[in-house]
Amino acid sequence: MFEPVLTRHINEPEAYTLDFYVRHGGYQPLRTALGMTPEAITDAVKRSGLRGRGGAGFPTGLKWSFVPKDIPKPKYLCINADESEPGTFKDHVLLERNPHLLFEGCVIACRAIGATACYIYIRGEFFHLQEQLEAELVKARAAGYVGRNILGSGVDCDIWVHRGAGAYEAGEETALIESLEGKRAQPRLKPPFPAVVGLYGCPTVVNNVETICNVPVIIEKGPEWFAAIGPEKNSGPKLFCVSGHVKKPGVYEAAMDVTLRQLIYDYAGGIREDRAIKAIIPGGSSTPVLLPDQLDVQCSFDGLVAAGSMLGSAAIIVMDETTSMVWAAKNLIHFYKHESCGKCTPCREGVDWLYNILDKIERGDGEGRDIDLLLSVCDNIGGKTLCPFGDAEIAPVLSTIQHFRAEYETYIRTGESPVHSDFRADEPVAAH
Amino acid sequence: MSFHPQMPYGEGWHKSERATAEPGPPFAFSAEHRAQLEELCTHYPPERRKSAILAALYLVQAQQGYITGNAMRHVAEVIGCTAADVEDVVTYYVMFFTRPVGTYVLQVCRTLSCALNGAEQVTAALCRHLQVAPNQTTADGMFTVMEFECLGACDRAPVVMVNNEHWHECQRPEDVAGLVDGLRTGGLASLSTCHLVKERT
Ligand SMILES: Cc1cc2nc3c(=O)[nH]c(=O)nc-3n(C[C@H](O)[C@H](O)[C@H](O)COP(=O)(O)O)c2cc1C
Ligand code: SF4
Ligand code: FES
Repeated sequence: MFEPVLTRHINEPEAYTLDFYVRHGGYQPLRTALGMTPEAITDAVKRSGLRGRGGAGFPTGLKWSFVPKDIPKPKYLCINADESEPGTFKDHVLLERNPHLLFEGCVIACRAIGATACYIYIRGEFFHLQEQLEAELVKARAAGYVGRNILGSGVDCDIWVHRGAGAYEAGEETALIESLEGKRAQPRLKPPFPAVVGLYGCPTVVNNVETICNVPVIIEKGPEWFAAIGPEKNSGPKLFCVSGHVKKPGVYEAAMDVTLRQLIYDYAGGIREDRAIKAIIPGGSSTPVLLPDQLDVQCSFDGLVAAGSMLGSAAIIVMDETTSMVWAAKNLIHFYKHESCGKCTPCREGVDWLYNILDKIERGDGEGRDIDLLLSVCDNIGGKTLCPFGDAEIAPVLSTIQHFRAEYETYIRTGESPVHSDFRADEPVAAH
Repeated sequence: MSFHPQMPYGEGWHKSERATAEPGPPFAFSAEHRAQLEELCTHYPPERRKSAILAALYLVQAQQGYITGNAMRHVAEVIGCTAADVEDVVTYYVMFFTRPVGTYVLQVCRTLSCALNGAEQVTAALCRHLQVAPNQTTADGMFTVMEFECLGACDRAPVVMVNNEHWHECQRPEDVAGLVDGLRTGGLASLSTCHLVKERT
């Protein structure tokens, strides 16, 4: 039976305080880690099988090992708390209910990569979380867990919270670094990778909040314990965000052998008014939609790839039978159109075209050739952009056409949506 | 006349559409804001003051409500970069306002999870109630309605953020009058705040 680890105490009012955290064994793993060599910490993380929780699932220990040891430059750890992938709100919960777990993970990770400074890049909209994070940081510093000469060990590590200002693209790791340097959040060409040339031209590791929150757990309970949770190569506790047409939306912690069906029906209470499911986005808006006959897939990195989608940020958005797929695709393309950083042409121009075509269909002015036009525009974006945003933006269009082409065709032929949605406005006021 | 001698199109075809910010009234940080900025700059290496640019722009908004050309020039001076560097940033991020906005900016999430739970109806109801279109401010200068993209709290859809910093969640379309009245009479304290704080504490 899986016992929540990261969210065990989140419903207790004082869970976020230093007192509570220390009373429940917090900062003990830090003491252990201070007695370990950096190599031993990295090795433990490698053996645990921890994969990044930010979207790509890259092995964390391996990423850390790319940081060169022999460069005299300072090294940096950046925590990606930009959490902007539509449907995702797991880091929000950790930042708010378990900030000391994050700080402890930051200090341990900094020790592993030889960094003495860590920036938590938090999205601008999470200002209310930032205030509390900073207040808790002051306490952690005063207690000697963060800052100079941590717990008398001679190790220094400071943590700063850096506020973004509203840009999804700032979540891409090199765009995050640019933003942290005080520029537009536009990605850099890779290579060089941030592990070698990152923040201020120095070796930098960028990790997601949830990834780093797993690090103290690995040190505390051991890599073997961690590796034994969930399927092979998909180890450790995982947070899932379930939203959309479910009765109890929320963040649920499970091992990655959990299925979509369990998350939607057992954890999130099933579909509102017990309607039928039409489509499920399993890993945030950038991942292809799945169908109700795929509810038994395992929600792991590898399980969802095998099912034709991705775990991404583990943001499960459930759409019931009253959802128009043309509208849903247009809603998400509006997001991507708004958030494209504009640096490369296929993404910047292509997403506008996709939006305009979907809008035309939705207004009732669609023509037969528009579906193939959409596919052709997608084909000119996919794999042809500077960063993975391009591939992300076409996923909702391609996968809704793949599975619901008949619905697109009916919409175009009749000029109106074949499904009626009670959650929509009669006359949406959307300003384009 | 066009720059291109054979350009067949009329007057104005070559006029750049690049909008530069209104200079606005003279601007300098108050002593308090300047001190806050200098403290924030200590979070970065001394030669990397530019990292504090976003923080500086938030301070401009705290002081003057929105960001003007003169404010950008002042920020450039105190940070030690060019005014173009500052403008580049201001025009990229959605949380900076380059025009005056209402006392309360209502930022309604419009992305999928919120939309599946009635966000379109919330925006429509707010606009109807306040008699404005999105991005417009009411005649009394009290409210601006804006649509925002996913705010990272999709379990509490539809979510409304107010003034970039305050949260109001699970907003029903039928309750928008209550939201507006609450702000008029009780100010920001009338908002539901972030769910976790409220429900779990
Ligand atoms: C367009 C785009 C947006 C992203 N947004 C986020 C984000 O909001 N949060 C996040 O942790 N990772 C995000 N990522 C992934 C990061 O680039 C990076 O892979 C991740 O932070 C690495 O952390 P991890 O190895 O711990 O997963 C995004 C990637 C792209 C391409
Ligand atoms: S793919 Fe889009 S978001 Fe990424 S660099 Fe190109 S324009 Fe920017
Ligand atoms: S979709 Fe509205 S908060 Fe995520």
